[in-house]
Amino acid sequence: MTISIRSVEKTFGRYPALNKVDLEIADGELLALLGPSGSGKTTLLRAIAGLEFPDAGQVLFDGVDVTFASAADRRVGFVFQQYALFKHMTVAKNIAFGLDVRKGKDKPDKAEIARRVEELLKLVELEGLGKRYPSQLSGGQRQRVALSRALAVQPSVLLLDEPFGALDATVRKSLRRELRRVHDATGVTTIFVTHDQEEALELADRVAILNNGRIEQIGTPDQVHDQPSTAFVCGFVGEANRFEGQVSNGRFSAGVLGLPATGLRDGAATAYVRPHDFALDDSGFEARVERAHVQGPLTTVNAVTPDGRRLEISASRAEAARFAGTIRIAARKAHVYAA
Amino acid sequence: MAAASHRRATDDPAWAKALVIGIVLAFLALVLVLPLAAVFVEALRKGLDAAVAAVRAPDALAAVRLTLITAAIAVPFNAAFGLCAAWAIAKHDFKGKALLITLIDLPFSVSPVVAGLIYVLIFGLQGWFGDWLVERDLKIIFALPGIVLATVFVTFPFVARELIPLMQEQGTSEEEAAVSMGAGGLYTFWRVTAPNVRWGLMYGVLLCNARAMGEFGAVSVVSGHIRGLTNTMPLHVEILYNEYDFVGAFAVAALLCLLAVVTLILKTALEVAQPHVRGRGGH
Repeated sequence: MTISIRSVEKTFGRYPALNKVDLEIADGELLALLGPSGSGKTTLLRAIAGLEFPDAGQVLFDGVDVTFASAADRRVGFVFQQYALFKHMTVAKNIAFGLDVRKGKDKPDKAEIARRVEELLKLVELEGLGKRYPSQLSGGQRQRVALSRALAVQPSVLLLDEPFGALDATVRKSLRRELRRVHDATGVTTIFVTHDQEEALELADRVAILNNGRIEQIGTPDQVHDQPSTAFVCGFVGEANRFEGQVSNGRFSAGVLGLPATGLRDGAATAYVRPHDFALDDSGFEARVERAHVQGPLTTVNAVTPDGRRLEISASRAEAARFAGTIRIAARKAHVYAA
Repeated sequence: MAAASHRRATDDPAWAKALVIGIVLAFLALVLVLPLAAVFVEALRKGLDAAVAAVRAPDALAAVRLTLITAAIAVPFNAAFGLCAAWAIAKHDFKGKALLITLIDLPFSVSPVVAGLIYVLIFGLQGWFGDWLVERDLKIIFALPGIVLATVFVTFPFVARELIPLMQEQGTSEEEAAVSMGAGGLYTFWRVTAPNVRWGLMYGVLLCNARAMGEFGAVSVVSGHIRGLTNTMPLHVEILYNEYDFVGAFAVAALLCLLAVVTLILKTALEVAQPHVRGRGGH
């Protein structure tokens, strides 16, 4: 199922949640909508689901206009932020809901529904828990039930709203892999909303970054991380040192820090340097190391320049010993944006 | 010391706890237990037989019957209304919602006597519809319809008030989930919304019922106090008392108390019986 979003707009009161959003999602793709809270990512997801209707613009499924079609007619599977499991129904009843609700010849018979439920429980590794109630499950298990309930209707697209937001870090990590596995097994076009850039970069085929109701950039995790097209993306995705300065004659300068900025007009600008893009360089600028601490295979070095700018530098453990006292460093790579 | 390790920062000294608990118990004994005991003591002053005879007097039985009929009409009506109102308020946004919430609370803030007078003003002989009703030989005031109306007015906030916060807390995501899987409005209501609030609903119904059987003020205004005909139990108690038939008055009052006790027992049973699906658990 390909999905096209065309100039979709949505306003809540006087606050624009979506501002002329365009987005193309390929069949079988796993796409992340990434953005800070209030960026419009959940509204966009709900507009795709048919739980929210845009003020303007179109939503197309395989070229067919479904802008105002109901969620059920679109055959979407939706996983809610707090799962929204039916508390008074067993896990099996929850999963079967979308099949039970069908009428006439569309409704599978009892044995068929039971078989589907077993199959789905197996897919999310919850065999034998069909008779439990949601309150008897852990957070991670509830998440899996919500996922299999959404998959039970054999949706044309699977939509997940902050699917791992309510889980602790370890469960979150394993469920991420789980979602990827389920996606690869079913091949269903999947879109999920997250504010966690690590989650988006690890899981998604492509990431769409939203800010203030607009899409700032769409691309593969590599692209959005290594070639951020706007200052917002650069600051939001991955770690970065931020410098406010001036561009003149194709060079950015902020105090002792100088960077090439070819093609940028003279004037105020903002530069971002990733921590791992700083390297020791005798022709570079001076900084004093304040603190260094181990972070997995890397060492994070906190340094300060003579004019008081704080830097975060990431270096390999082998190199770490050389980051002591006063050092000279330079940026191997930087992203400079006109203010 | 083992006990000391269980102390928490918010714990008050033992004497303070004892004092506060003592005050509460003394107050309860004075204003609740003592009068309640007095009702039964007075009712049985001339023996159980006299009390039973007083309750089995034709006028008393008629009062019991009228009270039960009134509750049987008013309570289902208010349960349905309360469910509708709570559903509309908690699950939907519309203009005038705040006004509706205020209106639902009105019976709690208006004196029941005023409520009764409103109906007399509207449906009484000299009221707005008085002539129209007389021409058609319809009796509302000083008859069952008036008593039911007054009772409905006084008791209608109970179910709605119980359900609104519960439904608001539950939000709409379960309904959205149901709808996204193809469930229609009614199906969603019966299969998702209603089961989630059933305990709250029953609790509200019990409270509503207790008040419906006990209402005095509003009913007193519209009833006309016709013995054996338009006297509910609370009104009958007053009549007997004013006639110095203390045993009779307290015997009927004791019966009314027993109905309330049964209600309370049912309520407690409901709370205990709530299975694994505790109304608000889930998350």
